[in-house]
Amino acid sequence: MNIRRIWRLLAVLLVFGLVAASCGNDDDDEFQEIQDVSLQLQWVPQSQFAGYFAARDLGFYEDVGLNVTIIDGAVDIVPATVLDSGGADFAISWVPRGLVPREEGLNITNIAQVFQRSGTLQVSFVDAGIAGPADLEGKLVGNWGFGNEFELFAGLNSVGLDPQSDVTLVQQDFNMTALILGDIDAAQAMIYNEYAQVLETINPDTGELFQPEDFSVIDWNDVGTAMLQDAIWADADKLETDAEYRDIAVRFVEASLRGWIHCRDNFQECVDIVVAASPPFGGPAHQAWMMNEINALIWPSPGGVGVMDQALYDQTIDVATTQGILAEAPDAGAFRTDIAAEAIANLEAAGHDVYGNDFARRTVEVKEGGN
Amino acid sequence: MPATDTMAETEDPLVRQHRLRQQAAHELRRDATVRIIRQTVTFVVFMGLLAALYAGYKEVGQAIDDRQHDWPVVGSVLPRTDDLTMPPIGKIIGQFGETPGGEDQIYVLILLDEALFTLREAFAGFMVGLVIGMAIALALAQWRRLEQGLLPFVIASQTIPLIAIAPIIVIWGRKNFDVFPWEWQDWMSVSIIATYLTFFPVAVNGLRGLQSPRPENQELMESYAANWSQTLWRLRLPASLPYLFAALKIAATASIVGAIVGEISSGVVGGLGRRIWREAFNYTTGPDRLFASVLGAAALGIFVYLVVTGLERLVVGRQDKGATA
Repeated sequence: MNIRRIWRLLAVLLVFGLVAASCGNDDDDEFQEIQDVSLQLQWVPQSQFAGYFAARDLGFYEDVGLNVTIIDGAVDIVPATVLDSGGADFAISWVPRGLVPREEGLNITNIAQVFQRSGTLQVSFVDAGIAGPADLEGKLVGNWGFGNEFELFAGLNSVGLDPQSDVTLVQQDFNMTALILGDIDAAQAMIYNEYAQVLETINPDTGELFQPEDFSVIDWNDVGTAMLQDAIWADADKLETDAEYRDIAVRFVEASLRGWIHCRDNFQECVDIVVAASPPFGGPAHQAWMMNEINALIWPSPGGVGVMDQALYDQTIDVATTQGILAEAPDAGAFRTDIAAEAIANLEAAGHDVYGNDFARRTVEVKEGGN
Repeated sequence: MPATDTMAETEDPLVRQHRLRQQAAHELRRDATVRIIRQTVTFVVFMGLLAALYAGYKEVGQAIDDRQHDWPVVGSVLPRTDDLTMPPIGKIIGQFGETPGGEDQIYVLILLDEALFTLREAFAGFMVGLVIGMAIALALAQWRRLEQGLLPFVIASQTIPLIAIAPIIVIWGRKNFDVFPWEWQDWMSVSIIATYLTFFPVAVNGLRGLQSPRPENQELMESYAANWSQTLWRLRLPASLPYLFAALKIAATASIVGAIVGEISSGVVGGLGRRIWREAFNYTTGPDRLFASVLGAAALGIFVYLVVTGLERLVVGRQDKGATA
């Protein structure tokens, strides 16, 4: 009887062992001429990521010997986690959303700060009389939560308001329905997404599209509580220990930034690339609006595209620590500029304008529903 | 003397029995047709009533102007009736025949494409879940001690929220599932989520079904000196079928839900979940499309339920006839 039991136990252990062995099956890191690299986006394909799609589709990655797979983001996908777990070689993430998991122990670092400005707004109807954060006192203030509310909270603090008691916070869907219905006085909006959506909506009073004059907009860049957004993140340990990975990182950043330079100078081509990439959530007109606004978040890049602006980084950390997002300021390993610097040196040598000092926003035609 | 009586008297008892049986089968078929028609009519009438309720409530809300006043129920406890919150029924239905901007076919065909994508994910997951669930049920039925040890884990597995495991599975899939001879694709990870929802009801109900034969049936098989597999195929599996199909009805709809949730939370491109997510994002500029896409998901759920019910009639129904013959 006992012997049979032991056999059973052995059989069970064998099964477990086989399962464990098959799980631990590591990828072979044998690179050929063209190296495979994957990029985890923070959200679904849209013009927010046009530079990477352009670099892929126009062969910029191929030019530097890379074959890049772009992985969509989703509701429950955290790019920093995917990167840390080895699910992707690089990831696009907002700075606070990279720094928080980093503080919790993920070994990642920001290697290129692509967006130089924040795209988050607080939008209200002009007749609500909300011109600045001080006017939000006593109002119904919509926000998405999930870490999107900190610029708002810091903005309220900056004028002496307590977000928990001086305003009524309302959880807002990722669209502008609540503002249009009057359920909230001020709605959170990305300048390139939800703000565009509201302008793509018919005003029931006029039968025409809503106009920018119908709204007043609080821009956290102007208030001084903006936090840095889209950046390219990489595995920090691997950069130190694996010379080949660091080399790939330089080439990846170089080709990605070339994509962004291309999208600055070839607006419509990049919109078409995004629309063709995989069905984006907003139509072609919406993507055109977004491309224009994304360009404005990147350009001009006074220190060179992808290079961290120390003052804005300090402001981001200041907001993050005073709002309790981060327990303390991150160590010096949170970002590095050497990779971006090398990349833009290569780009400049090839004759690309990496500053975009004479960049100007275009006028984009707004169409109903973004189509 | 009436002719039929003479016939009955002269008829061979065996022939008569055969005739009666055929008559009964014919009536059964007719009854089934009548039942299907009746069910369809009831369903359509019920849907019509629901639509009328929706439209009627909207009418009332608009008439009393629920946006301007604080009414006790309309527009406060129940939703408001403006076109953004409650798009008119006609617009929702009409949406199916419209071609949305940026697309090249009418919406109902788009939904059909997405539904097929989701159905493939759900079906693959469902089949794998069926096999795993039955394997667990068989193992548990065979070794009682295993039942005590394993069942708590099987139950605990269902308390882990889907949104927690869905992204993990998708990321794992991309990284680690290259052991398979075919190329692992994202939709297969979504299938795993459907499997996860399917195997549980199958395992639990399958176990009950396998244990359902009465002791005297079991003893009869023993008296025939039937071995384990003979008892399984002749007695326990057939006896488990009604239980199993009850589970499969739950599992079929659950696998659709699992596939939809998986698509949304893990960013798989394609399917009804992706479509619903997208329409929710664009709600401000096209609320009727979200309603239409949700109706599409409901239709898919009803479809798979009907398929399983049909299979049950086919399989269990034939079983009954076989048993009485």
